[in-house]
Amino acid sequence: MRFDTPATTNPIDQLKIVGQPIHRIDGPLKTAGKAVYAYEWHDPNTPYAYGYIVGSAIAKGRIRSIDVTAAKNAPGVLAVVTTDGVGELKKGKYNTAKLFGGTEVQHYHQAIAVVAAETFEEARAAASLVKVHYAEEKGVFDLAAARDTAVKPDDGEPDSAAGDFNAAFETAPVKLDQTYTTPDQSHAMMEPHASIAAWSGDELTVWTSSQMIDWWRTDLATTLGIDKEKVHIMSPFIGGGFGVKLFLRADAVLAALAAREAKRPVKVALPRPFLMNNTTHRPATIQRIRIGAGRHGRITAIAHESWSGDLPGGGPEVAVQQTRLLYAGENRMTAMRLATLDLPEGNAMRAPGEAPGMMALEIAIDEMAERLGLDPVEFRTINDTQVDPEKPERPFSHRDLVGCLRTGAQRFGWKDRSKRPGSRRDGDWLVGMGVGSAFRNNLVVPSGARVRLDRGGVVTVETDMTDIGTGSYTIIAQTAAEMLGVPVDKVAVSLGDSRFPVSSGSGGQFGGNSSTAGVYAACVKLREAVAQKLGFNNADDVIFADGEVRSGDRRITLAEAAGDEGLVAEDRIEFGKLTETHQQSTFGAHFVEVGVDVATGETRLRRMLAVCAAGRILNPITARSQVIGAMTMGVGAALSEDLVVDKARGFFVNHDLAAYEVPVHADIPHQEVIFLDETDPMSSPMKAKGIAELGLCGVAAAVANAIYNATGVRVRDYPITLDKLINGLPELS
Amino acid sequence: MRAFSYECASSIETAAKAAASTDGAKFIAGGTNLLDLMKLEIETPTHLIDVNGLGLDRIEPTPEGGLRIGALVRNTDLAADERIRRDYGLLSRALLAGASGQLRNRATTAGNLLQRTRCPYFYDTNQPCNKRQPGSGCAAIAGFSRQLGVVGVSDACIATHPGDMAVAMRALDAVIETIRADGTTRSIPIADFHRLPGKTPDIEHVLERGELITAVVLPKPMGGKHIYRKVRDRASYAFALVSVGAIVQPDGTGRIAVGGIAPKPWRDEAAEKELPRGAKAASTRLLADARPTEQNAFKITLVERMLSAVLAEARG
Ligand SMILES: Cc1cc2nc3c(=O)[nH]c(=O)nc-3n(C[C@H](O)[C@H](O)[C@H](O)COP(=O)(O)OP(=O)(O)OC[C@H]3O[C@@H](n4cnc5c(N)ncnc54)[C@H](O)[C@@H]3O)c2cc1C
Ligand code: SF4
Repeated sequence: MRFDTPATTNPIDQLKIVGQPIHRIDGPLKTAGKAVYAYEWHDPNTPYAYGYIVGSAIAKGRIRSIDVTAAKNAPGVLAVVTTDGVGELKKGKYNTAKLFGGTEVQHYHQAIAVVAAETFEEARAAASLVKVHYAEEKGVFDLAAARDTAVKPDDGEPDSAAGDFNAAFETAPVKLDQTYTTPDQSHAMMEPHASIAAWSGDELTVWTSSQMIDWWRTDLATTLGIDKEKVHIMSPFIGGGFGVKLFLRADAVLAALAAREAKRPVKVALPRPFLMNNTTHRPATIQRIRIGAGRHGRITAIAHESWSGDLPGGGPEVAVQQTRLLYAGENRMTAMRLATLDLPEGNAMRAPGEAPGMMALEIAIDEMAERLGLDPVEFRTINDTQVDPEKPERPFSHRDLVGCLRTGAQRFGWKDRSKRPGSRRDGDWLVGMGVGSAFRNNLVVPSGARVRLDRGGVVTVETDMTDIGTGSYTIIAQTAAEMLGVPVDKVAVSLGDSRFPVSSGSGGQFGGNSSTAGVYAACVKLREAVAQKLGFNNADDVIFADGEVRSGDRRITLAEAAGDEGLVAEDRIEFGKLTETHQQSTFGAHFVEVGVDVATGETRLRRMLAVCAAGRILNPITARSQVIGAMTMGVGAALSEDLVVDKARGFFVNHDLAAYEVPVHADIPHQEVIFLDETDPMSSPMKAKGIAELGLCGVAAAVANAIYNATGVRVRDYPITLDKLINGLPELS
Repeated sequence: MRAFSYECASSIETAAKAAASTDGAKFIAGGTNLLDLMKLEIETPTHLIDVNGLGLDRIEPTPEGGLRIGALVRNTDLAADERIRRDYGLLSRALLAGASGQLRNRATTAGNLLQRTRCPYFYDTNQPCNKRQPGSGCAAIAGFSRQLGVVGVSDACIATHPGDMAVAMRALDAVIETIRADGTTRSIPIADFHRLPGKTPDIEHVLERGELITAVVLPKPMGGKHIYRKVRDRASYAFALVSVGAIVQPDGTGRIAVGGIAPKPWRDEAAEKELPRGAKAASTRLLADARPTEQNAFKITLVERMLSAVLAEARG
């Protein structure tokens, strides 16, 4: 199905099941521990071996030699595979750093060997016996120091401009020119990377934890130099990913190579410290923002420049993306520059681009509002735009940022915010409120699905879509149930298997809308097949409801319609030019109240509210869950998450969950989420958009702005830890 | 983790004797610190002596009016004990500020005193660390030192004792009771228990080879207001940037021990004499010899402000 004109009325609009607060259909499996995650696949008749990774101890250089004698002779060891031993391997299309093979070391904890043994403990013990001789080279690890060496990246759209920024900024009566920094961040998801690989002849099956089945399948085949058709990937349950499981990772490659060598299925999980330095992270940024405005608050000039770093061949953190679209202003420019750094690969983490971009932009907007003497909600409202400000001929498909801000202000009691920073006190707490807009582009990605109807009237959906904890199982079941007129418990959903039609996968908040649209397309086909089989002339007049197919006075149960042989339909949604003619984005507003301890500078959240305008909400429970999780992640970004670079040794030092501090329950106060009731017919037949990343964008800045409102101390360098506040706090008696 | 042998000790005497006579032996109590370190091969004992079954899990009154806390009393039980909560509130609060419920259920009194530093370089065996591998250097001093010590540190090591319980015990002047391999016992005031790093940061305490902690003795209750204030970047489940354990008497005199800033709970009786003159005077004295890094210099200000807040809280 091609989607190239706005959606009109369709069966989803009935909203009998879609849009309803239905609990996760996979919830009981998960709470009972019966959902099988990658490392847990276990066939009692299979003699699994356990693999343990050896990571590079240096950040840059070459491997001179690897001595595996002691490791090979250690108890239980079945195979040792080394990076120099396997020689050069091809790199997957989506990988920047190579995962394994050859003698070059590009970053700390790069995989350089895997040891497979009878037990996990034996493998781990033997891995520590692998002796590596390196030729270490000097690397570049410090973004601030490398800033001047940064260049304009070749790919993408590093620069943009409209009007004459310089002239307009020069003459603007009120201006701001500030620099903000965001640190490297780690995805820190619950389930570590893990894979089991089993060969059967030249065919490989890998149970793994992947957000994108087909990307993994393709890149694993490329890396191993085998035919893609010979690779079978399974990833039905994923314990979080946030982007770090978008692209093939070392665990799958090591498991496959070790299994080939050990001649047995091998399980490999990356130990927690390898998450930070072996895989990918959100790159740090330095962002300069300049805004010029007239006295009444209209932005006349806005510029956003961002510097980030990556390994050779990598890309920039697209932190200026939102500034091209979020606020009006005739004269504008954005630019991204990329430095070469010898740190681990920087890549997508939840809301790449907008998450760190909004961390900077939304402080700048707060600062500008203050200079103008305007309420920050009002300043944002004044500068709303219904068209792409760089290309005014392109309207937004649907945009209600102002509705979010107004609703939020009212619900949060924004009018009680003290206008004078540092003036509200509650015992030992300095109390303040902050706001940030939320903005994230809405991406649409082709997505396929197969739908079967059996003689029991049960509908089975098969797609290689993944559920990374988001609720894909549930919204897909709701979509099929709505389309075919059956209750949700008559729908079985099978995901995460490369034998199923290729889907959008999960990432970039495109999965929910795109994958359900793919299921919609397949269901439309199935409806046609049912109608045709029953001899109904015009499928449009056929009603699917209550487990029956009706046309005129004929009613037949779906079970009967399916008959003994059943019915099956497969289709794929593909998106046309609507994304070019119309800018599709999602909008929201974050409001937070913080208390800052007057003595110590400890910041504790008191209340949080998110208002989202993101098209149709397919399921308010799972959508809310996405947003509150994202808000929590935003609190981490604001207050504690900082992957600290050792600038001499070239690695992320705090590489475990004790030292890389994500929020804990005690950090998160009452969270409220409001979804504005809207649809976006330009986005898909589902009229839905992404929600999962929107919930993160703008949160950290809202926290930062609240801290400023509480204390009068403006911190532009994340995370806002107490050491950055303490010297600006009031004297104590 | 390296392979090791394991035994359950049958008495405190045999435990101490076995530990002294077996190369590479170590006691294991709750295992919440030791096992983590063994998995990373930071600790590589070849023999573990399990001391959980030695009946050292009671809290009993002493003839002096204090309490004798068995070495194996779990942190949870100690924090919940009625007498501790009533007469040594500082200790109960310090314990509850540490780790998580699950960990406190396992963690023991002796194990807590002996927990090792949380310096991130100590935890990464690829990095130089004088404490883990004497003579290899210290990566932290010129590296990531925000969490580390500002006072009592040396050019060889700036790591902290990361714990909370010991801070309270230092303020209370607890005494550590041990038995040695030859069967003799001794009492070590907590002030003398942990060693400063000097040139040998790998030696962290005064226990001899095989010496087993049997109990920690608290003196008789000393009244006053008991306050434990722990500051960290998140609200729970993190080690202290700085913690202050205080017992403040109605006349403004008191005891102050500070955690998170030194290789041992930091207390200076001379600084306490300054307390009536206020937080600034006391903290200036307490930190007179501080040598912070650029990254952890904020701890100096933080200590002073925390003292100020604690004194205000004590005044009520
Ligand atoms: C995730 C995490 C978070 C934590 N957070 C905190 C925190 O916030 N604050 C805090 O204070 N602590 C914290 N801890 C540390 C925790 O308190 C210690 O791990 C625990 O107290 C150690 O006690 P244990 O009985 O498990 O010791 P073990 O691990 O069994 O032993 C520790 C050491 O003590 C030795 N030992 C044990 N018993 C004896 C004995 N009777 N005589 C002589 N030697 C002995 C062992 O040989 C070993 O060297 C945390 C730990 C973890 C894992
Ligand atoms: S501070 Fe101490 S523990 Fe940390 S690296 Fe230096 S020597 Fe090791």
